[in-house]
Amino acid sequence: MSEIQSFKQSEKYETFSYLPQMTADQVRKQVEYMISKGWNPAIEHSEPENAFGSFWYMWKLPMFGEQSVETVLAEVEACKNEHPDHLVRVIGYDNFAQCQGTSFVVHRGE
Amino acid sequence: MAVKTYSAGVKEYRQTYWTPEYTPRDTDILACFKVTPQPGVDREEAAAAVAAESSTGTWTTVWTDLLTDLDHYKGRAYHIEDVPGDDECFYAFIAYPIDLFEEGSMVNVFTSLVGNVFGFKAVRALRLEDVRFPIAYVMTCGGPPHGIQVERDIMNKYGRPLLGCTIKPKLGLSAKNYGRAVYECLRGGLDFTKDDENVNSQPFMRWRQRFDFVMEAINKAEMETGERKGHYLNVTAPTPEEMYKRAEYAKEIGAPIIMHDYITGGFCANTGLANWCRENGMLLHIHRAMHAVMDRHPRHGIHFRVLAKILRLSGGDHLHTGTVVGKLEGDRAATMGWIDLLRESYIKEDRSRGIFFDQDWGAMPGVFAVASGGIHVWHMPSLVTIFGDDSVLQFGGGTLGHPWGNAAGASANRVALEACVQARNEGRELEKEGKDILIAAAQHSPELKIAMETWKEIKFEFDTVDKLDVQHR
Repeated sequence: MSEIQSFKQSEKYETFSYLPQMTADQVRKQVEYMISKGWNPAIEHSEPENAFGSFWYMWKLPMFGEQSVETVLAEVEACKNEHPDHLVRVIGYDNFAQCQGTSFVVHRGE
Repeated sequence: MAVKTYSAGVKEYRQTYWTPEYTPRDTDILACFKVTPQPGVDREEAAAAVAAESSTGTWTTVWTDLLTDLDHYKGRAYHIEDVPGDDECFYAFIAYPIDLFEEGSMVNVFTSLVGNVFGFKAVRALRLEDVRFPIAYVMTCGGPPHGIQVERDIMNKYGRPLLGCTIKPKLGLSAKNYGRAVYECLRGGLDFTKDDENVNSQPFMRWRQRFDFVMEAINKAEMETGERKGHYLNVTAPTPEEMYKRAEYAKEIGAPIIMHDYITGGFCANTGLANWCRENGMLLHIHRAMHAVMDRHPRHGIHFRVLAKILRLSGGDHLHTGTVVGKLEGDRAATMGWIDLLRESYIKEDRSRGIFFDQDWGAMPGVFAVASGGIHVWHMPSLVTIFGDDSVLQFGGGTLGHPWGNAAGASANRVALEACVQARNEGRELEKEGKDILIAAAQHSPELKIAMETWKEIKFEFDTVDKLDVQHR
């Protein structure tokens, strides 16, 4: 039994939450992917205790047609700075599928 | 106007049912059969016989034929084609007028198309390769109760394939022990667990206790992980009444998804249950037990791409499709073909993937493709490449067989999946760099590292029995 490890439970946040929190460069690559797929980037944030629901607070409006990764990343930073204790997620809205193409938490709170 | 008079006796089928000059109408249901005729029966006659026996015809002329307009109702063999690599068989293309069939009834369409004709003596073997459903017919069917996008919103899963696991051993666990296995998988990182297809309501575990303990497991795992979870509660039952009773109970306790076996359970039960699911906001996972009896032989039966179309029309939110890489049969190109038929809204004819007709699904929602059977973490890069995001990847042994238990196995799979999706999005080639990607991911996941060591040597490399007819052998 000595070599068996007990599984350690922790809070998760859906897609990519089983990987270590992404570095700035890794987030950049995911945002690039999102834009290359033609999706519209958006940012949302929430108190950790309210994160289970479907609706988080929108950070401004989805950035329709935004092609600049820099702009998106700057908004992520601004959102984080204003709400350091919140979870922050980046979403790619796929308006053809009428569904989010992706969504993942980039800031797991402090 | 031509006058028809009654003359008793036997006519050659081709006189009535072989119509090479016919241009199929947009509203016709089209079928492609692979026909192996009896020696001495020529192609046109065999094709015409298949058209006749699967539509209006019988073996002899009857006077009541003249009370209707048979030329309007008859099926027509309109085209014949060689089967590449097989001189004994040929493809027969047959057009059926839409008013031969009851609206929204897979039962009715297939009672005609694959009814008596499959036992017909003039053909030695017969295989239904593909069916084109006209949009006019598609729109009479209910289709998937929810579809891919709605399920993603309900379950809060975006940008990646979903992850599942069938609870094992298939048979013999008590309800509470079974619930334990479910809880461990879900808390470890899976989105779904699944009843095995032959788990219905046996003496060792009656359905009601299973539902109760599984629901407790789901609720606890959701609370602890903060993620949405489900378990496919199998409501396949001996009678429709019993099936609906179980479905109602699943709804009562708040389960998000139930499951059904659409071939052994039957198309009638499946269509009814899909309608119930739509009305009750319940997701529907579909298993396909018995399919290989019909779809594996290259010359006889029904091709799986047809069975997949039947399911999309009859209704289901998930369907098992084979894995390409695991323990069960499935050619890669052909599998990609029927995955598209399940998920896309318009699929073009493409013989290199075994698709014989353009298929327009209009507004009908898509079905998640489920890959399940003999897969483990080493298959992850291929699975993500083959199946893409709109799929459910199910690791049974690959989760439960982890040396540290289900939760660790689940976590290993989740880490591997997310690492592959991340790498794919970064533009890396998964099937080439898969090993490096997994090794890097394992550095922060001891669970994944052990899983990779455990299943390193397991491969399932048998040749497929049913290959696409794309080249001369």
